[in-house]
Amino acid sequence: MRTARLVLTRLAGIVFAILVIAVINFCLVRAAPGDPAMVIAGQSGSTDEKFLAQVRADYGLDQPYAVQLGTYLKKIVTLDLGYSFRQGRPVSDLILERLGPTLLLTLSAFFISLIGGVVFGALAGLRHGKITDLGISLAALVLYATPVFWLGLMLVLLFSIKLEWLPAFGYADMRAKTFGTVGYALDVLKHLILPALTLAAIYMAAYTRLMRAALIEVAAEDHVKTARAKGLSESAILRGHMLRNASLPVITFAGLQIGALVGGAVVVETVFSWPGLGRLTFDAVTARDYPVLLGLFLVMSILVIAVNLLTDLIHRLVDPRLAVR
Amino acid sequence: MNKTLKTFLSRPAGVVGLTLLAVVCLMAALAPVIYPGSPWDMAGAPFMRPGQNHMLMGSDTMGRDIASGVMHGARVSLLIGIASTLAAVLIGVTLGAIAGFSGPMVDLLIVRATEVFQTIPNFVLAILLVAILTPSIWTVILAIGIVSWPPLARLTRAQVKSVAQREFVQAARCQGQSSMSVLLRHVLPNAISPIIVTASMTVATAILIEAALSFMGLGDPNFMSWGYMVGAGRTVIRQAWWMSVFPGFAILITVVAINLVGEALNDALNPRISRA
Repeated sequence: MRTARLVLTRLAGIVFAILVIAVINFCLVRAAPGDPAMVIAGQSGSTDEKFLAQVRADYGLDQPYAVQLGTYLKKIVTLDLGYSFRQGRPVSDLILERLGPTLLLTLSAFFISLIGGVVFGALAGLRHGKITDLGISLAALVLYATPVFWLGLMLVLLFSIKLEWLPAFGYADMRAKTFGTVGYALDVLKHLILPALTLAAIYMAAYTRLMRAALIEVAAEDHVKTARAKGLSESAILRGHMLRNASLPVITFAGLQIGALVGGAVVVETVFSWPGLGRLTFDAVTARDYPVLLGLFLVMSILVIAVNLLTDLIHRLVDPRLAVR
Repeated sequence: MNKTLKTFLSRPAGVVGLTLLAVVCLMAALAPVIYPGSPWDMAGAPFMRPGQNHMLMGSDTMGRDIASGVMHGARVSLLIGIASTLAAVLIGVTLGAIAGFSGPMVDLLIVRATEVFQTIPNFVLAILLVAILTPSIWTVILAIGIVSWPPLARLTRAQVKSVAQREFVQAARCQGQSSMSVLLRHVLPNAISPIIVTASMTVATAILIEAALSFMGLGDPNFMSWGYMVGAGRTVIRQAWWMSVFPGFAILITVVAINLVGEALNDALNPRISRA
């Protein structure tokens, strides 16, 4: 009964979120200077009157706003995200073929930042006040303030141009298809390292700071003193009594940061020419391809909501109190 | 207030942050004095290395002086950072105060809306807003304000809720003061200090969002900004590292400075929350 209610409220929350996002899109198109049909059509330089007329009829732009909103919502439910006049293809097709690389990039960055943040934060927290702590805290402070795109460029400058260790851009070598499955995967992995590290670094810095503070707080708690009094080894105390408690706020925070992570992916993919949704966003911005931008915002938001469910699951695994509830 | 200032200045974070911030402000103030011309004008041959031709940081692909751009860019970054934070504070504090001070229905609605705004990828929304409303300094400020308010709203709501329980607020109510007057004269002034701290940190994220927007080519085309300079230097980074290194470094310094000031402010204004 309780689980059913939980699932229902979660589902209602998701529907509400998607509704809000759709309404934002709807209002934006109407708030734009000029004819909404031009925005939906992608404001192609040489306006095609026939296409514009078709868009007007399709979206019922001569109807009252309430009816227009209904038409728009119906389109979203049937996964019709409009048509990119510039690319000559439906927006949903464009987005679907770019989804894989973005998922690969954001999920890698998510796990790298979470694991790295917990490890470095715990290290700094344990060595509280010592030189290790100072070094890690300082690095976190600086990384946290670094613009993502600039960090990416600096890593390219160092690892691709000066040292020539890793490729500077792209998803795979042009000849990669001939390398065989394993060779192809390794090649993609090699291309993934720099963008994933770039995207992970800033969030890793944030999680490190959080984890450090949480660990220092947990270390002062009574149950840790009890564990020490009963003669447990320091590593057993850390593993059994401190790490889980301290990492909970970090995981909660990381879940909240998913949206920012996807936003960061836009910039990182632009820097590294990574063929995902972010690069598609950049191209759509440059070409002022509005239907693609509107569709991207919707899909990325849904993606974030989906990953939020995933972090919720991780949270339940780490915190048994939640699993019982 | 005197004690607050003392705590602030006793923190190394506060002193270092304030010094760095002063340097950035000085750059913004002196830009038109040291480099009176427009930073968009050609100042010499393109692709000059730093130090060549009396150009401290070299020139870009169009022969514009990078040092002039970095100085003038400070103005845009600070202006947009502060203005969009003010917009975010206006939206966030208003919504948060209403949510915390009114009935459960309004509260629930605002809380849910805030949650949605906090989950959606806010940078993508900012891109969408600026692209559709056409890039200008105003749309950039508006867009950053619209994506930055949720943390402020949540904080204000929590603060207002806790202060509203206190006895002096009940006393004010018993005196028959209107809700509006209780909220504005008694609740908000006592809830403000953590909001100030969060707002100061918001300036830093706002500057980062502005930089990323202009990096994507969505800056105001009339103002030279650091993000634009890094974006313009990106394609030629193999030949000319200096075009992207210096403006990016300027962003880094500014954001570090503001974060340090924010941390010291936190220590000074929220002494009860002891920090390890």
